[in-house]
Amino acid sequence: MAEKIATRDAYGKALVELGEEWPEVVVLDADLAKSTKTILFKKRFPERFFDFGVAEQNMFGVAAGLAAAGKIPFCSTFAVFAAGRAFDQIRQSIAYPRLNVKIGASHAGITVGEDGASHQAIEDLALMRALPGMTVFVPADAVETYGAVRAALEIDGPVYIRLGRAPVPVIHGPDFVFRPGEAVCLREGKDATIIATGIMVAQALEAAQALAAEGIEVRVLDMHTLKPLDAAAVVRAALETGAVVTAEEHNIIGGLGSAVAEVLGEECPVPLKRVGIRDVFGESGKPEELLKKYGLTPAHLVEAVKEVISRKKSLFHR
Amino acid sequence: MNREELIEQLKAKAKEIRRHIIRMTAAAGSGHPGGSLSATDIVTALYFAVLRLNPGNPNDPDRDRFILSKGHAAPLLYAALAERGFFPLAELLTLRKLGSRLQGHPDMRKLPGVEMSTGSLGQGLSVGVGMALAARLDGRDYRVYVLLGDGECQEGQVWEAAMAAAHYRLDNLIAFLDYNGLQIDGPVAEVMNLEPLAEKWRAFGWHVQEIDGHNFAEILDAVARAQEVKGKPNMIIARTVKGKGVSFMENQVDWHGVAPKPEQVEIALAELE
Repeated sequence: MAEKIATRDAYGKALVELGEEWPEVVVLDADLAKSTKTILFKKRFPERFFDFGVAEQNMFGVAAGLAAAGKIPFCSTFAVFAAGRAFDQIRQSIAYPRLNVKIGASHAGITVGEDGASHQAIEDLALMRALPGMTVFVPADAVETYGAVRAALEIDGPVYIRLGRAPVPVIHGPDFVFRPGEAVCLREGKDATIIATGIMVAQALEAAQALAAEGIEVRVLDMHTLKPLDAAAVVRAALETGAVVTAEEHNIIGGLGSAVAEVLGEECPVPLKRVGIRDVFGESGKPEELLKKYGLTPAHLVEAVKEVISRKKSLFHR
Repeated sequence: MNREELIEQLKAKAKEIRRHIIRMTAAAGSGHPGGSLSATDIVTALYFAVLRLNPGNPNDPDRDRFILSKGHAAPLLYAALAERGFFPLAELLTLRKLGSRLQGHPDMRKLPGVEMSTGSLGQGLSVGVGMALAARLDGRDYRVYVLLGDGECQEGQVWEAAMAAAHYRLDNLIAFLDYNGLQIDGPVAEVMNLEPLAEKWRAFGWHVQEIDGHNFAEILDAVARAQEVKGKPNMIIARTVKGKGVSFMENQVDWHGVAPKPEQVEIALAELE
């Protein structure tokens, strides 16, 4: 079993490391520094860390002011509060004026676990994706998180980085290069493609392995950048494998599944199944229990792949 | 120039800016004259006697910043910027027209001199806190001025920002509150009362002054005092008259967001001779 690291932990470490290199970086938090792991940055650069207390709207407004004056603020809080509580501030004061603010949104998705639906962001990707000019990263592991933070620093404009609370396997080796907007093909296959994002990438790899044992070869695309979406990779996958499954820890409405469906619908319609949260709120429970209940395990992906393959075959035999 | 001459100049400039506001909103057929006219004297004083600015280099890192948090008073900001030389006066009449740099609410990416895109009320003071923090981090001595509306102070974010500014002891932050007492739905006191307003800001840890927002001597004195304050952010609550300077607009809530018609423009401009 691969080593497991939560992407939030990797985020905190990346901030410290890149903070050395980028003196303009400042980090803001709203009374969650221990949970979002920005506390690591606070310890290393206390003069460049600002806590705003339980006041997310103000925090994002302050970030806009800092960015307008030449700083590169990383604003961190839970995804529900960033994309939810402060959506208006992100829209009006950050995205509309295209300010250089980075949003580190941790505890995304249902794997927050026991805190329940109030703390499980399942709509944040839909909201952030709809904002003009917003770049959206959903790292799958610790290595990608580092790459996403570095890429965010190199982008002049707002970036949303979606992070998780629970430890996830490290998928990439140390030589991995994070290229924004470029899907990573982790496994080749001709029968179908699973396009996955965030914690679902590891699940997709497990599913692909299980399918291979049954003689079904599945391509696995790691879509770490939800926006701009790698539409070319989606079309290629559709043309070359003829069936697509998307996998995300998000509502199937508005996230990766929707983004992929938009591309396929316009460019290259093939059988598609969206694996994700099916338009319901979550509940309290252990992360693994929740993934099972809401249909986000490798077994669910295996089932979905078989379904799209059978739809593909029935198309050919019509 | 002595102080009396300066004040006479400011009065003349304010009249000119008020005339622009009337002409601009009339040409656009929409916009917000009431709250632009109420804050005209404050903004005129800032742009022509207070702010350290260089219209030839609008991004000078040492410039003072002004944020129009009540973004609907955009005609006032545009008129002041044009009079200050940031762009041609003739452009003022393009307000709110397709392709114009003069958007219905200020857009920092379109027009030089606009420091922040505003219009969704309650957000400007937080931005001011960010800029004031940046000045401190960079060891620069510029100041950040923010103009808030009274109705705007009903937004919770304003008080979040108030807390943060005091917490971080931002004495390089000077906010004005344009207290004209009227908002879209009626008198502020009836829609959602803010009083006791000065006490609220003091309780949040601010240095507070209350002045007549149409008296240049009081405006200039208040700014001078605010600039001397150490360790606290500054609030200058300016009592103003909505629609100030145009008799039929004064204290009329209906002039919040309605443009004057041609015959009304004639009367208004005559009063502003």
